[in-house]
Parts: sequence; structure tokens; C-alpha cells
Amino acid sequence: MRPPDQVAPQPAVQMTGIVKRFDGVAANDRIDFTIRPGEIHALVGENGAGKSTLMNVLAGVYKPDAGEIRLFDRPVRFRSPRDAIRAGVGMVHQHFAQIPSCTVAQNMALADPDAPFFFDRRRIGEKIRELGERTGIRLDPDALVERLSIGEQQRLELLRLLANDARVLILDEPTAALTPGEADELFALLQALAKRGRAIVFITHKLDEVEACAERVTVLSCGRAVATDVPLTQCCREEIVGWMVGQAEPAAAERAARAPGAVVLELAGVAAEPAGAGAALRDVKLAVRAGEIVAIAGVAGNGQRELAETIVGLRPLASGRRLIGGEDASDWPPWRIRCAGVGFVPEDRLGCGVCPNLSLAENLNLASFGPGASFFPDGERLRCRAADRAAAWKIGRQDLGAPVRFLSGGNVQRAILAREIAAGEKLLLAAQPTRGLDIGAVAAVRAALLARRNAGVAVLLISYDLDEIFEVADRIAVMARGRLVAEFSRPFPDRAVIGMAMLGGPARAH
Amino acid sequence: MRIEIVHRQKLPPAADALIVALAVAAAALAGGVVMAAAGLPPLAAYRAIFRAAFFGGAYALSDTAVKTAPLILCGVGCALAFRAGLWNVGAEGQLLLGAWAATGVASFWTPADLSPWLKLPLMMLAGGALGGLWGLIPGALKVRFGVSEILTSLMLVYVAAQWNLYWIYSPWTDRGFQLTPLFPPGAHLPRLADFAGVWPQLAGLTIHAGLPLALVVAAALAVLMQRSRWGMAWTAMGDNPRAAAAAGINVAFHTMLAMALSGVAAGLAGAVEAAGVAHRLQERFSPGFGFTAIAVAWLARLNPWATVALAFVFGGILVGGKEVGSLGVALLLQGALLLTVIAFEAFRRYRVVIRRAAPAPEAQP
Repeated sequence: MRPPDQVAPQPAVQMTGIVKRFDGVAANDRIDFTIRPGEIHALVGENGAGKSTLMNVLAGVYKPDAGEIRLFDRPVRFRSPRDAIRAGVGMVHQHFAQIPSCTVAQNMALADPDAPFFFDRRRIGEKIRELGERTGIRLDPDALVERLSIGEQQRLELLRLLANDARVLILDEPTAALTPGEADELFALLQALAKRGRAIVFITHKLDEVEACAERVTVLSCGRAVATDVPLTQCCREEIVGWMVGQAEPAAAERAARAPGAVVLELAGVAAEPAGAGAALRDVKLAVRAGEIVAIAGVAGNGQRELAETIVGLRPLASGRRLIGGEDASDWPPWRIRCAGVGFVPEDRLGCGVCPNLSLAENLNLASFGPGASFFPDGERLRCRAADRAAAWKIGRQDLGAPVRFLSGGNVQRAILAREIAAGEKLLLAAQPTRGLDIGAVAAVRAALLARRNAGVAVLLISYDLDEIFEVADRIAVMARGRLVAEFSRPFPDRAVIGMAMLGGPARAH
Repeated sequence: MRIEIVHRQKLPPAADALIVALAVAAAALAGGVVMAAAGLPPLAAYRAIFRAAFFGGAYALSDTAVKTAPLILCGVGCALAFRAGLWNVGAEGQLLLGAWAATGVASFWTPADLSPWLKLPLMMLAGGALGGLWGLIPGALKVRFGVSEILTSLMLVYVAAQWNLYWIYSPWTDRGFQLTPLFPPGAHLPRLADFAGVWPQLAGLTIHAGLPLALVVAAALAVLMQRSRWGMAWTAMGDNPRAAAAAGINVAFHTMLAMALSGVAAGLAGAVEAAGVAHRLQERFSPGFGFTAIAVAWLARLNPWATVALAFVFGGILVGGKEVGSLGVALLLQGALLLTVIAFEAFRRYRVVIRRAAPAPEAQP
């Protein structure tokens, strides 16, 4: 399906010698980047390699310190993302730029640089529906964005780009929040768009995705381009990994044989209200024992967020009981649950996982300021601990005193993992812990989950990634429409069986 | 040539100081224009203000210090709540009730001849406690019913003001006037002037024990804010309450605690003002200390030590403004300062870059 390589149309975008420094650190160091119309170009690299920075330069968010950008052979200097959108360059960011208290239609209007001062809600609604028909991205124009799941918010971002008829589309880790099925649909959509002449840049860590849909690849490492504009027909997976990490793909984590111990977390007939457009929990029965990893599989938006929030006490139980360490914890507030040795890696890492304006060190210690900690914490010890955690999780090139909002998405996730894996002495609840991480870090997270399990911690993993679940889980519980509809133990059945259960089909516990 | 506005990553301290100085200069200019329009020669007015507030010798400084004490207490209290993301804009009401409780202890609920060593601490305790209660109410309403503390704390200011009016008009009135009788001597905070018998140089110095008390309270709250687990919890809550809750911080408890402590500080300010200056409760007891304190805390960027310094500046504006006219001049200058400093905040976040016409490619080292 790839166009022959000898045809070299005029580039849609040509970036040469791009330099962008933050605080003197070069996030982009003389990078060249080219993409042609009708091409899907994968931009890969480890967390903090400078991928998002480079694309933010292209999309007008950052101004380069040096270098030139040519758009269809005309030099351009974008003063703002709005400029870039007018010129036909649009970007879906990793952290969505949406107004949560506004509706889908209002957010669409905000993204349109030529929207009239008084916009016609019905016309925009029709446009959304029409685009939905054409692209398969269906959203209710009157739904409040804060009520949408992360997956739906991402679809809204995509829709905003398509509505503005961008000729160059940039997607920063677009599949991170999507289910495998949704990701395939997205790839089909992107390929259709490319066929109609759009240039698509697609930032990712996942080599499967690169192979599934990209034609060419550019690899960044530590702010430099280590491979530029290489056709995928001329390189193999091992080469790309080698460029990214400078070594072979890390080995899979160890799974020790271990008999599970006492029940640490038990939910008995739990029901809870839905979070916005999510699903209400209904009659959830779940037990997680010490020394086992239970994975919740399911399509995003089927109650996973509600389940996580209910377990840590952020969402009240409508009925049923929650037991932690054998004690009835149905009425416990979050701090009391945390005090029982519960670590929590939230799915919504910026909204729920970090304080963006506090420093990296403070965020690494955020779980140490609840009741039970010493009243006047020892600053030196906190600093040491933060430094240790940052080093152990390779939160690279970052000043411990810098506010977390300046960190890349992957580094934020590492900071949360470093803190929460340490905090979860009895129970570790990890929702999408590897989302947005690079290959090396994904392996490290899965190894850490297994290490905690081997150390006797009860681990509950919520993931939309079946590969991850198959790799680490001892048991799988499938969630569909707010219920746990099936449960499987090792050896797991074929993933088609689990897939059927995820869709709420007739799967039987086994 | 083109002018660009660029996001700042770091702000050198010298630039920070320069921005503050420019903001103050802009405020002075704006204030001067308004004064000139009102027929007051601005330069002469400023000279008079500065002399009256800061450079008029010991008496001027003493008067300024007297106005500073309640501003320190209310300002540090506001800074504490603001850090926790709680907009306690009701310090004025907490101050008024603190003054009411101190008045009750001073003149009505304890024997007139009670030793000052007991009476004054009791007045401070009562003032702090009632102020704290008045701050706790919006905090508790927010926790229990999700009511915005901005609205409730502000509305409670007027409740407190009416409450005090009731007491000075009727049960506590001094022969029908709208004020209470003067406190017995044992309920007066000692002033420097009280020691004029020993050191005649101190005669006429109105500065009283409320200032050291305010400094001690400010220091204690500063340590809480900057060094304790609570302070860390407040900062986290102020930045992202959901993340704070998820990380195991008891947000409900800290919402009530921060609002109550904020109220305690403002209530103490009321008690200090009653026992140190007015020596009675009366109509127009406060020139809006509790509202000015919001600006003070905000301009100090919620840093408790900077709040103390700015409280002194605003105290000076209150004294000096009165010297050249009425309270209006002081309010004008305070307002101008608040506006310009907030406006100049933009320069702290962004810098303006002027480039030559041709985008010259930069050489790489």
C-alpha cells in the first residue's frame, strides 16, 4: 500500500536546523525534518527525546531559537498556533487544549480561527454530525467536555483538526487513550486522509503502530535526530529500537511462581454513579489478594475510571461494601484509604496525579504529607528521596526544583509511578501505568509491577492494552458497561474470547 | 523590526525587583494624575504622604506601625487561605467579630479590676476564637455543601458589621452614643508612650504591644506555611485539589483548618486594634483593614515575610493618605498599586523581544 519511493513530490513541510532551548538545555538540537503530502510519517524516540517540542515548533506553539520552516516551499514563521492552523498545520496535543465546562460544539467553535463572533450552534452541530458521518468520529455536539472520557476528548481534538481542514496533521501519541479496535479505526482514518493528500505526522513509542501505518520514520534521541526520513521499507524494527535506545530491546520481566495470600481489597456488590459520560458501576464483586496481579480488561469508558475512583475513595459508594485489609472501609475518605498502604496511579495523570505548579521534588513526595507523617518534615531527607526516585525512574535532564508542568508527559508519568509504587505497601492500583511511556520505561513499569507482586503487594492493573495484561496479570476480570462480566485465570484463553467479553458478549467465567 | 512576546522560563531576581519598582512607579503616576485632577498638587502630596508615613521621624514611623499591626495579621491570614486555594475575602468580618469578643471580655464579661496579665490574654483568645469561628463557617459550608467560600465569607462581613452595630447601639451603648464605654485601663495594650515617665523621649509614641504580637503570629504562621506538613498540604490543595485528595491529603479537614486559622489571625487583628488603639468598639471601627489585607497578601505573592513588609508600606499609605486628605487618597493609592502590580505580572510571565527585520539565522556554537 506504500507509494513507491522513487516518487518524490514537493515536501509539504521542510524543517531545517531547528534549535529550541529551554533554560539553556537544547530540547531540539539542529534537527531536520521533512514530510510530503500523502505520507504518514512516524516520529519516534524515548520520553524527553524532543519529539513533542519539535512538533510544537511546527505547530506554532514554540518559536524556534534557530532554524527554518518551509511549508509547501514557502518560508513560514508562525507567531501562534492560530497562525499555523490558518496555514493548514494542526496538532492534536498529548494534553488536550479543551475548555472542560464548554460543550463539544463550543470547543469546536473555539478552535476555528474564522468562526464568526456570534456562532451558530445548530450549524456547528450539523458540521460535527456531518464530519462524524464522514470520519466515523461521532460525538454529541451538546455534551459537556468535562463529561467526556479521555478517549472521547481525544476524538474531539481530532475532529477539530479535521473541521479546520488542515493539510498537515500532527498527532502526539494519538493512540495512547484508545482501545486496540479504536486505534485500528484511527489508522484506517489516517490512511484515508493521507490518500486524499494530507501529510500526517504521528508521534509514538509503539513500534507496532509505526509498522501498522507509517511509511517513513524519523528517530530522535536526546534532542538530536539519529535517523531522518528513513522509508520503512529500508529498515527493520531492531534498527529503529537501536536508534531510539542505543541498545537491544529490553528483556521481559520475571514472573515468579507465588501462591496468593490474604485478600487485601474486596468490593462486594458495589454500585457508584458514572463520571460524566462514563458508566455507572453496578454490582461489582472483586477480590484482590496479596501477591497477585489482577487486571481489569475492557474498552475505555466502561466504568474503569469509576472503579478506580471508587476504590481509592474519590467517588462515593452508592451501595455495596468496600473492604481493605479485611476492615470495612466503605465510608473511608481517600486519606484514610491511602494510610492503609494504598498506592494509586490515576489514569488522568495531570488532573489527578500531580500538582502542575509544584516542583518535581514536591510532587515526588506528594504522598508524604498526609496524616501520620512527621509534622515538620526533614527537608534534606525529602530532597534525597526525591533525587533517588528521579534517578531510579530516569526522569532525565530535569531540575528537581522545576515545576512539573514543564516536564514531558512521559516524565510526569514516571514521577507519579515513582511515588505511587513506593506508597502502595499493601495495595497498588495502577490505571494505564504505561500510557505514553517509551519502550524502555514500559518494560521497567511492568517489571516493577511484577516485583511488587513478588514482594506480596496486591496489584490491581487497569489497562486497555491486552498485551500488557497478558504479560503481567495472574487473573483477568473483564469490565463492560460498568459490570465485571467475566473472569479468567492463567492459562488465559484466546484473546478473541476476552475481546467478546469486553464487548459484553456471551463470555463465561472459566 | 518586529516585537514578539515570549513566555519566560526563568526570572532573574534583578528583573523581578525592576518589575516591582516599575509597577510602583506606574501606580504613583496614576495616583498623581487623579490627585492633580482633584486639585491636589501631586508632588507636594506625595512629599506630605512620605513625611507623614515614613520620614517624619519617630512619630511618623510609630503611627505607621500602629496601622501595620492589623494589616500584618489579616494579610498573613489571607495569604495562608489563598495558598490553600481558599478565597477568604471575609477577613474584615472576622476582624470585626474579634474586636467584638475582645470588647466583651474587656468591659462586660470579666470584672473591671481583673489583672491585665489575665485580661489581655483573654481578650486575644476570645478575639482569635471568634474570628476563627467566623472563618470556619465558610470553610465548613464549602466542605459540607460545596458552597463557594468567596460568597459566604464576603456576606459574613456584613453580618458581622450589623451584629456589632446592634451591640453598640443598644446593649453596650455608652449613654446612647453609637460606641461602647472606654475599656478599663487593665484592658489597654501597653504603648511606648506609657513609659514616658521613665524615658521622656517616648512621650506621644502610640506604638503598642500589638505590633510584636503580630510579628510573632506572622512568624508562627510562616513556619506553618513553609516548613510543616500542613503547609505542604495547603500548597498542594491550592494547586490541584483533586491530586491532593488522591495523594492522601485530608482536603475536608484542611479546608476548614486553613479557613479557621485565617479567621483566627483576622480576629486577633480586631482584638489588637480594640485593645491597642480604639479602646472601645464603635462604628467605623476599621478603615477596611480586612479588605486591604487581600491586596497586601496578593501583592506579596502569598509569601508571609513579604506580606509583613508590604503591610508596613500599606500602613504608611493609610497614615500618609489621611495627612493630605481623607481616607479616599489612601484607598486611591492602594487600588492603583494593586492594579499596576497585577498588570505588571504579565512582564513576570512574558518578556518582550525586539528583533531586527530579517530573521537572522543564529550561529550554532
